[in-house]
Amino acid sequence: MSRNLYDLMGLAAAVLFILALKGLSSPKSARRGNALGALGAFVATIIVFFYPGEKGELPLDNLGWILGAIAIGVVIGVPAARMVKMTQMPQMVALFNGVGGGAAALVAIVEYIKLGESASFAAVLATVFTVVVGCISFSGSIVTFLKLQELMTTRPVILPFGRTLIFANLAAVIGVSGWVMRELGTSPLLILAGLSLLFGVLFVLPVGGADVPIVISLLNAFTGLTVAASGYVLEATLLIVAGTLVGASGTILTRLMAEAMGRSLFGTLFGAFTQKAQDATGTGEERPVKSGSPEDVAILLNYARRVVIVPGFGLAVAQAQHTVREMADLLSAKGIDVAYGIHPVAGRMPGHMNVLLAEANVPYEQLVEMEEVNPTFAQTDVALVVGANDVVNPAAKTTPGCPIYGMPILDVQQSANIIFLKRSMRPGFAGIENELLYDTKTTLLFGDAKASLTKVVSALKSL
Amino acid sequence: MSEAMALLAIFTLAIFVGFEVVSKVSSTLHTPLMSGANAIHGIILVGAIIVASHSHTSLELGLSIAAIILATINVVGGFVVTDRMLEMFKGKKKS
Repeated sequence: MSRNLYDLMGLAAAVLFILALKGLSSPKSARRGNALGALGAFVATIIVFFYPGEKGELPLDNLGWILGAIAIGVVIGVPAARMVKMTQMPQMVALFNGVGGGAAALVAIVEYIKLGESASFAAVLATVFTVVVGCISFSGSIVTFLKLQELMTTRPVILPFGRTLIFANLAAVIGVSGWVMRELGTSPLLILAGLSLLFGVLFVLPVGGADVPIVISLLNAFTGLTVAASGYVLEATLLIVAGTLVGASGTILTRLMAEAMGRSLFGTLFGAFTQKAQDATGTGEERPVKSGSPEDVAILLNYARRVVIVPGFGLAVAQAQHTVREMADLLSAKGIDVAYGIHPVAGRMPGHMNVLLAEANVPYEQLVEMEEVNPTFAQTDVALVVGANDVVNPAAKTTPGCPIYGMPILDVQQSANIIFLKRSMRPGFAGIENELLYDTKTTLLFGDAKASLTKVVSALKSL
Repeated sequence: MSEAMALLAIFTLAIFVGFEVVSKVSSTLHTPLMSGANAIHGIILVGAIIVASHSHTSLELGLSIAAIILATINVVGGFVVTDRMLEMFKGKKKS
């Protein structure tokens, strides 16, 4: 392949990546956008085997290893992506991001070993940057995975002297980076990689469960930048374009997500350092709540004119999407106005709930976004909160200093009646007590969301 | 323009393109967009293949091969999982 043809194909792949991101920004073209991105990646991977560099095309003795490694990657990656449950998707994305960061770091370590004395300062800097940031992205993503999979606590983990520790770690990373750049040596580089891995862990540990998606998005942008830096060292224009696109769009996306949750990015990342972890207010204190039977709930719903269903992660965990749709269909058939109020961060990630409900064939028109549904709560007879908590917690408006303060919420407290379907009185993912549970117009129905809804549906049918 | 400056120009322009293409995305699509972008950075696979093909010691080859495996998981898994998410969106359009 001639150099010009190679560069032209690389340019085509870069354009495909831009079209992919553009397509993914609009619901109509999203799926095609993703396919274009995959096509771009395919083209880029094929042409590299015909790379017309100074050293010629790929030496054949390593070709077997390379193709074998790709085959192993496919055999691991495809089934993992195919089999993951939709509810566990966020941690899958975190994991994929982590391995990408790890790959970038490994590539940079090999590049570093190969750097000669003649390497330019910029090339050395880009290599060291990739090692540091790639390692942070790798270990940070692993911690976010453990948090989302609930293999470790979802609460912020605050180590004694946490702040001192992380600043000392950061100083060490910068110091060792300088050392590694002046004297090219493999052992200092491995020390640097170790310190960077530790930094990734310390960086993510204090982040509370509800903020984890923002951190994944940020680490995603980081990985993009490492790919761009690798592209600079390898003089591969395509890697620069693709990595920078992800870095830039990831940064914007991180900010948009933080805005949707009403958080400043800084507060999300460093909140746990600057404020004491809030104890859930009023825990341990027994307060009266009004709990009802499925029949009570059915009667409330049956005589309502307008019902807004507020789905949360609890609904997804119980796999109750189909049952909730059955109930909504039943209510619609009785002439009741039914809508789903979707909080931007319902579920574990922005847009996660839309994916879950779409899976259950809930009609698109019934999914109402927060800004549109909020003004209608005053005319709503029943707000049915299924497995959600933090996204309806008025503490976000009334209690400055609580971890979710400032997050926009669904104003269910304005509706005439509120029904909570909950497993227990346990607070939500953010770990904050919800005052609304004790409100006089609130009825609680305890139990697994799917079991409860099934009972409500049969009660509705017999009315 | 020197090689380094040309690469810097590409980098700078790509930043603006990246900002521009996603600036007006609805929150519904945040997760698939993140996932799709995540798959795109798996293209580090190309870098991993380049370093692997120039690896001469077993240490270099071992590290590059590990990088290829990880990058392939990232790029292939990323696009597949994004497609699965978006498949759901298509389903609801029909009804």
